[in-house]
Amino acid sequence: FCCDPDNLKTSTRSVSVDLNNDTALIIDIPDALCERDKVKFTVHTKTTLSSFQKPDFSVPRQHEDFIWLHDTLVETEEYAGLIIPPAPPKPDFESPREKMHKLGEGEATMTKEEYTKMKQELEAEYLAVFKKTVQVHEVFLQRLSSHPILSKDRNFHIFLEYDQDLTVRRKNAKEMFGGFFKNMVKTADEVIISGIKEVDDFFEQEKTFLLDYYSKIKDSTIKAEKMTRSHKNVADDYIHISATLSSISADDSTAIKKHFEKLADLFEKLRKVEGRVASDQELKLTELLRYYMRDIQAAKDLLYRRARALADYENSNKALDKARLKSRDIPQAEEQQQLCLQKFDKLSESGKRELTSFKGRRVVAFRKNLIEMAELEIKHAKVMLTMIYRCLFDNAYAIMKLALNVVTSRPFP
Amino acid sequence: MAEQTDYREPEPGRGEEFSPEAEPLNSNGQNSLLEEEEEEEEEGEDLFTEATEEVSLDSPERDVLLSDGPSPVTPPASLISPHLPHNHLYTHCSFDEMEEEDTPDLFDISILVSDPEKVGEGMNAYMAYKVTTQTSMSLFKSPQATVRRRFSDFLGLHGKLATRYLHVGYLVPPAPEKSIVGMTKVKVGKDDSSSNEFVEKRRAALERYLMRTAKHPVLLKDPDLLTFLECSELPRALSTQALSGAGILRMVNKAADAVNKMTIKMTESDTWFEEKQQKFENLDIQLRKLHCSLDSLVCHRKELSVNTALFAKSAAMLGNSEDHTALSRALSQLAEVEEKVEQLHQDQAGADFYLLAELLADYIRLIGSVKGVFDQRVRLWQRLQDSLLLLQKKRDAEAKLHANKPEKLQQARDDIREETEELEGKVQQGERDFEQISKTIRKELFRFEKERVTDFKEVIIKYLESLVQTQQQLIKYWEAFLPEAKAIS
Repeated sequence: FCCDPDNLKTSTRSVSVDLNNDTALIIDIPDALCERDKVKFTVHTKTTLSSFQKPDFSVPRQHEDFIWLHDTLVETEEYAGLIIPPAPPKPDFESPREKMHKLGEGEATMTKEEYTKMKQELEAEYLAVFKKTVQVHEVFLQRLSSHPILSKDRNFHIFLEYDQDLTVRRKNAKEMFGGFFKNMVKTADEVIISGIKEVDDFFEQEKTFLLDYYSKIKDSTIKAEKMTRSHKNVADDYIHISATLSSISADDSTAIKKHFEKLADLFEKLRKVEGRVASDQELKLTELLRYYMRDIQAAKDLLYRRARALADYENSNKALDKARLKSRDIPQAEEQQQLCLQKFDKLSESGKRELTSFKGRRVVAFRKNLIEMAELEIKHAKVMLTMIYRCLFDNAYAIMKLALNVVTSRPFP
Repeated sequence: MAEQTDYREPEPGRGEEFSPEAEPLNSNGQNSLLEEEEEEEEEGEDLFTEATEEVSLDSPERDVLLSDGPSPVTPPASLISPHLPHNHLYTHCSFDEMEEEDTPDLFDISILVSDPEKVGEGMNAYMAYKVTTQTSMSLFKSPQATVRRRFSDFLGLHGKLATRYLHVGYLVPPAPEKSIVGMTKVKVGKDDSSSNEFVEKRRAALERYLMRTAKHPVLLKDPDLLTFLECSELPRALSTQALSGAGILRMVNKAADAVNKMTIKMTESDTWFEEKQQKFENLDIQLRKLHCSLDSLVCHRKELSVNTALFAKSAAMLGNSEDHTALSRALSQLAEVEEKVEQLHQDQAGADFYLLAELLADYIRLIGSVKGVFDQRVRLWQRLQDSLLLLQKKRDAEAKLHANKPEKLQQARDDIREETEELEGKVQQGERDFEQISKTIRKELFRFEKERVTDFKEVIIKYLESLVQTQQQLIKYWEAFLPEAKAIS
């Protein structure tokens, strides 16, 4: 199953605002290949920066390479005060695969047309999942390329440029870091959050807000996903209804024939649009929520790192007091305390900047997507309305004609 | 900015959809009807002369049909003719004549079933429905009548009509199904949406049942139907276990099957019947399939409605949590829109069900009736063949007797002569009955097809209107939301 480049080129980053505004480094994923479970992305870079060997180049990358890049950024001490763009989720073809399985089982009970249409729907779903995963991987890279600090990261450049398999490098990195910091954050966050006395109002507010918002947006994402899936089910039902109406119409010899034909036709047209409504809703709403849920997690991670730095600073203070008490190792303790303070201040300053711009980004993205979603809903509803009116008119017209026939012509030949 | 989705506008409609095409009326049906009408006027048959017993509700079809085994000696003529109480006005009027009487009134009647009310408590409780009849027809005592009936009353009515008319070939509309689970919930007093839905479903079904029955020109004149609609007190059904419509049909069909298995297959002289039977078999399968798909649609749409409601609540919570004021407001508005959309889905699911699904369910049951009358015709043919066989045997015996000792066995000859004559009469009656049922079935099917066309057309239009309503509302809601989304800054 290969994705057509033309299809992908029309994609826009729906969840993030235009990220490729820095022309010095432009990244996109023009095409991708799907082999069984593995997706191979073609990462294409265009750059004017001298730090790269060529101005225009492409490399093949797998999902695991993206994860490696993300993890190395998270582990980098220097970036502790930044919101690291969330890692793209693994390509998930579970849903269409399950449907394919069900379709195979139910093949015997369907007519040929029904089966063909269901298969088309299935292929469309595969394509949609595919597009989604490409988009989400692309956005990840573009977030990095548009970040003043992260875009200069050495591993990022290696990711973009290294024309050999990254697998070896990935293994080395894992051995070095062992995912220490990541695990630390995940398991200790609640303890850190509750135990630390916050000195800064801004961060106190942010903490409260982000923790609450995260749980709410996670819930919304799940519910939105259920909603769009139900919508798809309705669209699929239209396929079967249309097919059966067609067969009844074919066998019928009464005046009903035409009506069933037209109704079958209508259901077929409607299901395409309903399918669109469902997938648009998914892209503009569900994916939006999902993306910002992960982004907020990244913001929370920043808070945790800062909270940890604060804890370190407080510990260093205690150590200094103890040293002073014992009159031993005071200079080391003082130095340690200074380091911790610097680190903490740096994190706080950078963190404040990042969180403020994050809020701005979030608001803009929500605005854009909510507007687009509303516009699409209106557009689709208008299209469906036209289709239904036409069918209604045809039906009423036919009845009228029939009535006229009875009145004006001799009923018996 | 290019759109995320590669959406293309649907092709504009082509002119062909509006080009006038002649819709030929069912000329076949029409012609035969014409012939039949001419014949009937000549016959003036009297089917009611033999009307004797009234059949009790306790065992309507059992005695009538099942006792009519493969080799009866003298099946009472009352089995073949419809049962009516002896003192009835129409005693000397044939069925055919009744139809030809052409009621001077136009068919103008509306029946409503409403206001379900629970009567009594616990397991003895039942639902009473208000039945309102409005009409200008002279058949009725007054232009408006309101009575209260319970479900078993409807079943009782159907039982009587089925007993009387089914086995002469009339398509008696089946009564709504019994439901132990549904009713128990109601009795127990569960006042939740599922038992309310059940009551509503039943109410609508009862209404459709009465209208369909009343639309039948012959059934409308039935005194029991009139009593049902007009009298404030109904004699309670003798048996509390009134047979359901399906129950009666099952018995009719079972009897037919029993006979079919034992005797020779009918040689169909009339291809019309063969064709029609095949057609109805096919239609049955298709309608069942469609009904199944519709059930699925109703289910999924209800799911969609529930999930939309859940999302709406979640979005509202998210809006509360959001600290950016304008975005918070927009999210709350989104939650409100989704709440309204949830109601739309709910309503549409209702239309899917009450308009389309229930119509299909009704027709699937009606086709069951059609199959029943076809089978009944075969049974009559069987009986005729049996009589013919008996007659032949008797004649052979008579001839033999004649050949041997004519003078001595005068008495025996007389006896045989008597028996032969009786059998000849039976055969004649059997032939008449078979012809009659064939005629009736043709007429009934013609009427059935016409009604089917009308019913479906009406429902299709209503359904399309429901779709229109939904989309119009959607546009309204999202257009109201759009400025809210744009107001985020």
